[in-house]
Amino acid sequence: MSAVRDTLLRIDHLTMRFGGLVAIDDLSFEVKRGDITALIGPNGAGKTTVFNCITGFYKPTEGRISLAHGSEAAFEQLDALTTGSQQHWQGDDTALYLLERMADHDVSAVAHVARTFQNIRLFGGMTVLENLLVAQHHTLMRASGYSFLGLVGAPRYQRAERAAVDKAKYWLEKIDLIDRADEPAASLAYGDQRRLEIARAMCSDPVILCLDEPAAGLNARESGELNQLLLSIRADHPTSLLLIEHDMSVVMEISDHVVVLDYGKKISDGTSDFVKNDPRVIAAYLGVEDEEVADVEEEVGL
Amino acid sequence: MSSTTSTLESAPVEPAGKPPADEAPPRAPIDILGALRDAGFSALIALGLFGIIMGLRTVQGTRGLEIVTEWDRVLWAAVIVFFGRLLLNFTIWREGPKRPLTALLPGVVRKQGDKVGMLLGGALIVLAITLPFLPGTGRYHIDLGTLVLTYVMLGWGLNIVVGLAGLLDLGYVAFYAVGAYSYALLSTYYGLSFWICLPLAGILACFWGIILGFPVLRLRGDYLAIVTLAFGEIIRVVLLNWSEFSGGPNGIGNIPRPSFFGLEFTRGEGGFADTFGLTFSTSHRLIFLYYLILILAFLTHFVTVRLRRLPIGRAWEAMREDEIACRSLGLSIVRTKLTAFAIGAGFGGLAGAFFATRQGFISPESFTFIESALILAIVVLGGMGSQLGVAIAALVMIGGFEYFRDLEQFRMLVFGGMMVLIMVWRPRGLISSRVPSVFLKTKTKVGSDMVGEGKG
Repeated sequence: MSAVRDTLLRIDHLTMRFGGLVAIDDLSFEVKRGDITALIGPNGAGKTTVFNCITGFYKPTEGRISLAHGSEAAFEQLDALTTGSQQHWQGDDTALYLLERMADHDVSAVAHVARTFQNIRLFGGMTVLENLLVAQHHTLMRASGYSFLGLVGAPRYQRAERAAVDKAKYWLEKIDLIDRADEPAASLAYGDQRRLEIARAMCSDPVILCLDEPAAGLNARESGELNQLLLSIRADHPTSLLLIEHDMSVVMEISDHVVVLDYGKKISDGTSDFVKNDPRVIAAYLGVEDEEVADVEEEVGL
Repeated sequence: MSSTTSTLESAPVEPAGKPPADEAPPRAPIDILGALRDAGFSALIALGLFGIIMGLRTVQGTRGLEIVTEWDRVLWAAVIVFFGRLLLNFTIWREGPKRPLTALLPGVVRKQGDKVGMLLGGALIVLAITLPFLPGTGRYHIDLGTLVLTYVMLGWGLNIVVGLAGLLDLGYVAFYAVGAYSYALLSTYYGLSFWICLPLAGILACFWGIILGFPVLRLRGDYLAIVTLAFGEIIRVVLLNWSEFSGGPNGIGNIPRPSFFGLEFTRGEGGFADTFGLTFSTSHRLIFLYYLILILAFLTHFVTVRLRRLPIGRAWEAMREDEIACRSLGLSIVRTKLTAFAIGAGFGGLAGAFFATRQGFISPESFTFIESALILAIVVLGGMGSQLGVAIAALVMIGGFEYFRDLEQFRMLVFGGMMVLIMVWRPRGLISSRVPSVFLKTKTKVGSDMVGEGKG
């Protein structure tokens, strides 16, 4: 990997207000291609709101969220795209998307941003395999000629379905659930459901995968397995990861870049080592003012 | 409370102060005192409930209405409840009232449910195909079979919307009406033949499904049900009042009957019987209509089963399970909902066109809310999403409706009792487990407790 990484996602002056409440206040940061970026902060800092803005579930009050496919050269078109009324710009092998202008399903289907949820959202009554096939909806839909060819059993669709099942099998082996492929997703254990949700998101071929507290509720062994899974996604797939996490063992071990939020504002941004020693971060987590940090640390013996 | 109630409810813990029982009884001993007390209590409730309803009656006397008391009837009701309850306490409820009612099913059905279902489905198909030629089948039976199959088709059509996509639609009869009026109007005004009008009726109903689907896209659950109910009524009221267009309450008569690829079912030369060298019989048309609806119903079944295995069908079921997860995976809720409404409505429209040609006369009276409720009841009782369950429910409900015609006003009582029984016995419908659309090694059914019902 090159030393200077490409910018994949740019968030500029993002503000989200709910009535009088300012959930995100003029937030700007960048996500680099191929990185694992962590978004951390105390409870209520606005992390999930940032995710909801990126994935199109919320329309931000102000600000711009832009995503480049291919290379960061696409960002040269950013100003032209911002002043225009288009949602995206398509180059030869690059493309630029303004996510805040897109509907939630298009953010996933067109811009290839995938996400998981804090409270797991699987299709409980469908089998594990079916869950992974729903994620490949658009590929299969095209192959089935928008259902018309599939209805008469065209070989093109059958080939596409076999390919989709193979892809699902690859991910099931990766998350070690291949033996439970035909069981309903709701019958899986909590840790398995978490991994399945990640695999399902990966089946939609994302360029960036947003994970909302993937380690929540996992024991030490399971969160270790999760780390391995996330690292292998970064190594083997052209997918960058953006994750919200409270579990510092996950954050510090695997992330290349950490952004810290507090009350909707960015208070720190850098490598995990830099963030760990940033007095503003410590102050936010301890819940005291910056100048009192030294006193408190002395008190608790840090 | 004393020990009497504890045995009745088979409480796991023995009441304090009583020595533990020496032998754990496989069947709880009959607790006569508890059973009597329970029955007496029930009889008291019955007395209270029936007291005014059955005990007092108003009759037209010489000086206006007079109240006549009939306490003996109330007493009889209480006595029946007392002994009925006592009987239940000594038999079914003997091992505690929490015993599942499915345990009463024969073991074969419980263990070999799949095979029984396959056999039953096969037997029903064979019966449906051979019915007109079975000995002892009269015109009445063929007519009844046609009626049942119409509702099977409507049930399967609504099953797409309610069972697969999880959208509670209380106005399905609107699309049935659109189909029926499409055929009636196109054929009487423009003289188009049934075979051209049939697909047109389906397509028009599809369009209405989309048009009515748009405003309800953002509604869920109860709100969706109420608005679809209103849409069903709007269509009916428009047909009732727009006399120049639809004939209003007089309806449309003299709707052309279908022909067998151009051959009319008429007496004399050039008719169906004449061409095939048969003696003319009015039952030819009946048999033809029967097979027509059978083919239409099979078409609905085939398309539904096929669609379930396609991405669109999986998207419907995924939407029923979790709408937000669908959005995060790039599935457009608008498209998914509208296709479900449109395709479900399309089959309703085909059935409507068939209904119009079979009756030869239609009026808004045929498309009241009770029809929607009946079709929805068939889907819910049959088991949402289950093709065989819906077919059986349609057979039992429509067939039973006709069968119990002799009971006159008690027909509804029998009917209500049946529905209560099914809901107690199988709260998620006759066939409630879900068959996966694709499998890797084994096709394992998904239990109804895991399958979502859909929230909108």
